[in-house]
Amino acid sequence: MEHKEFKVKWGMVIDIDKCTGCGACMVACQAENNIAPMQDGSDKTMTLTWMLVYELSNGKPFPDHEIAYLPRPCMQCGKPSCSTVCPVVATTKDEEGGIVSQIYPRCIGCRYCMAACPYHARYFNWYDPKWPKGLDKTLNISASPRPRGVVEKCTFCHHRFMEAKEKARYEGKDPLKLPEDAYIPACAEICPTGAIVFGDLNNPEHKVAKLAKSKYAFRLLERLGTDPQVYYYSKREWVRRLADNYLSTEKTKGE
Amino acid sequence: MAKGKSCLVLPFLFGLVGALIVGWWLFPELLYSKKTQPIRFSHKVHVEDQGMSCDECHSYREDGSFAGIPTTEQCAECHSEVQGDDPAEKKFVEEYVEKGKEVPWLIYQKQPDNVFFSHIAHKGIKCTTCHPDVGHMDTPPVYYEDRISGYSKQTMKMWQCERCHARRGASNACYVCHK
Repeated sequence: MEHKEFKVKWGMVIDIDKCTGCGACMVACQAENNIAPMQDGSDKTMTLTWMLVYELSNGKPFPDHEIAYLPRPCMQCGKPSCSTVCPVVATTKDEEGGIVSQIYPRCIGCRYCMAACPYHARYFNWYDPKWPKGLDKTLNISASPRPRGVVEKCTFCHHRFMEAKEKARYEGKDPLKLPEDAYIPACAEICPTGAIVFGDLNNPEHKVAKLAKSKYAFRLLERLGTDPQVYYYSKREWVRRLADNYLSTEKTKGE
Repeated sequence: MAKGKSCLVLPFLFGLVGALIVGWWLFPELLYSKKTQPIRFSHKVHVEDQGMSCDECHSYREDGSFAGIPTTEQCAECHSEVQGDDPAEKKFVEEYVEKGKEVPWLIYQKQPDNVFFSHIAHKGIKCTTCHPDVGHMDTPPVYYEDRISGYSKQTMKMWQCERCHARRGASNACYVCHK
């Protein structure tokens, strides 16, 4: 499958050593993207969590035990597995910026993309979204709510990208050369420790471009060849080692 | 023999004409309900008599988004009191300005919720390429509402957006217009 190269490539670098696992990114995401309160939050096969914080453990007993937290948005893969299997072209990677689109009215809910995604970043709407009376007033007009029966996923708060481009046009600036702070997703904006850094991976002036090239930077299941636009960063070797299926004889990336 | 032929042709013709009437006239008549604007707003009075330009009322906000139809507050900058003898103006002042209410204007080009249309990205294109040419109308045109979908009949269809994008060499990627 042919894949496109873009002048602008929005990406994230998540510093796992800075993440405290507070979950503010998950809350900000749900509020920003109109994800309705869950009917049964304990049933994780039915919930919608575009941004999900995983707990990692080094598996050693006390006193050597260590944990880390790994926030997982959509990886916005350079070579997405989801869009190639979609039978109705409801998800594509063709817009400048490299964000994988998801068009809800076009989705038929077959869930091939969910099976194809190696990161479990996609979610199915098992129920109609319902907001308790009064809470519907908190809905974000910029994000389109989804009906029952379609798949959804993190879009890097794509509507914020659209709004940033509008503002750039109003101010007479180039909408494809947005400065670093003009467009950031809700999770990166809210992160209290600044663990999530967002920007254009192709723009050397943006922090992410530099961070992604660090020897401590890695991506999830990198050797699958999906080329994700989300990078992680950790100085701890055991954290990096969990990101891929290493053979016992292999060295961890960055060592 | 000739009698036999007309027996076949006549019912076919009646059927064809009947089907065309149903398809071209009766079905659209049933599908669309006709609505009129809550206030008979005259663009002509504002544009021709007062010499106002479009962007005095239809402007961009400072974040680059398009404000669309002005709020009652903006209209009240001039119409805080009844100025002329037009009954529509009197109705607007009494029912909306004095009560501080917004007018539920019907938007001919209203797009579905999953569309992100950026006016400022289309700045160089004439408004009337997409919108009805209301600038010189004394009475706003009738609004046709699809009884099934609830959308306006006049709203721009996706194939029209795509055709113009293709002709002008603009991207037709889904996320260029959708959210």
